[in-house]
Amino acid sequence: MSPTSPTGIEFEPSPDAYSVSLEHFSGPLDLLIHLIKKNEVNIYDIPIAFITAQYLEYIGLMQELDLDLAGEFLVMAATLIHIKSRMLLPRPDPLQDDDEEDPREALINRLLEYQKYKAAASLLHERETLRSAQWQRPDQRVAGIAGDEYETEVEVDLFSLMAAFRTVLDRAQQRPRMVLPAEQVSIEDRIEQLLGRLSETDACGFEDLFDDVNSRPALIVTFLALLEMIRLRLVRVFQAGMFGTIRVYKRPKPAENAG
Amino acid sequence: MEELKAIVEALIFASPEPLTMKALCKVLASEPKEDVQLALDSLKLDYEQPGGLQLIDIAGGMQIVTRTDLNEWVRRLFHERKTTKLSVQALETLAVIAYRQPVTSTEIAEIRGVNTSGVLATLMERKLVKIAGRKQVVGRPFLYATTREFLMRFGLNDLGDLPKVEDMADLLGFDLSTALSEPMPADQMLPLEVPGEEAVGTAASPDEMMPAAEPAEAAGTGGEKIH
Repeated sequence: MSPTSPTGIEFEPSPDAYSVSLEHFSGPLDLLIHLIKKNEVNIYDIPIAFITAQYLEYIGLMQELDLDLAGEFLVMAATLIHIKSRMLLPRPDPLQDDDEEDPREALINRLLEYQKYKAAASLLHERETLRSAQWQRPDQRVAGIAGDEYETEVEVDLFSLMAAFRTVLDRAQQRPRMVLPAEQVSIEDRIEQLLGRLSETDACGFEDLFDDVNSRPALIVTFLALLEMIRLRLVRVFQAGMFGTIRVYKRPKPAENAG
Repeated sequence: MEELKAIVEALIFASPEPLTMKALCKVLASEPKEDVQLALDSLKLDYEQPGGLQLIDIAGGMQIVTRTDLNEWVRRLFHERKTTKLSVQALETLAVIAYRQPVTSTEIAEIRGVNTSGVLATLMERKLVKIAGRKQVVGRPFLYATTREFLMRFGLNDLGDLPKVEDMADLLGFDLSTALSEPMPADQMLPLEVPGEEAVGTAASPDEMMPAAEPAEAAGTGGEKIH
């Protein structure tokens, strides 16, 4: 079955039919909902042949455009074709089959179910926006105060780093210790771990470096790893003002000459 | 009485986290509870007057925040940290978890029609979702639930505050009243359903929350039930 020549269905794929960014579909159900709405068909009575054709056309296009096509899209294609074939077959003897099931029913239920959560997600997003318009004291979103001379971040010195590390150690002592086997991580390995973490965000707070370990030796190894990374010019560490939060930034390669 | 009201207000203001009734009463243990409640009610009434601030119920506590419509002004005061927004996938997954918790990764994937593990990791990292136990079925998969941070971020006082199905009718675009022969899952959605076998809120038994590796679950969602 060629996706580009659906039997018996006449429709013109116009240029703007594909103006929707294909990659914005969060899955096959999302795509189906889109097709249903766009073609204004009745979801409770989906014209299976038509929708299947449309769906396969989109899949074909996604493949042509070399977009990453998750397996689920193909599974859904198979499902649609299966349903369509069941619709085409003559109905079994009504006397035998007591509940004459619509082969589309399961799919329709799934679509309606999915659609509800999609709508819920949209409402949640609204709530999030509303909530973000409310400011509290203190608000974690605040990085600095406008109007004041915004304290630019200054490259941090060893003593400030040690002071910050002392805070981390003290806080760790107060936390209940988890009884886990002590893992011996070398400084080199720890550097790799930290770099891996920084590669995702390019920067993180000083204290974030320590949030996946709990034992004192591990905390110390982490701190030493950080010092080593500074020495090796892999990262730069800045502090906002005298006692501000300390942030660690990954150095872009090649290493800068300045500083 | 006025003094008690002033104390309550000061406490709510000073508290860096939303102040729970419990915490408030603990501080004011020397006062009769009814007096504290009256003071609180009177305070709430005061805050309904137009002003720059409002007193809200959030994540099970009370908080004084700036008025929502003054956002544009207040924002000018700050240099804001850049926060990455949640993707559509993340929001959808979060919605499923919020309404169906506790829920397994497989169940989420069935509803959304896509694999979910990457998004789950992100949501857990952002502390919006947590592991709440294990489902007592073969494989003992993890159960996921939303966190207090989730309530805070989305301005909810508790899970009962989640938007209701009726409110979604416009967004859905489908007329929900015409149902199929089977009962619609709508009934199961809200208010929060707590199935019998979950472990949320109950004391974690020692064999739950084992730090074992997550059991392999079927990737993808091939399981379309064709009757």
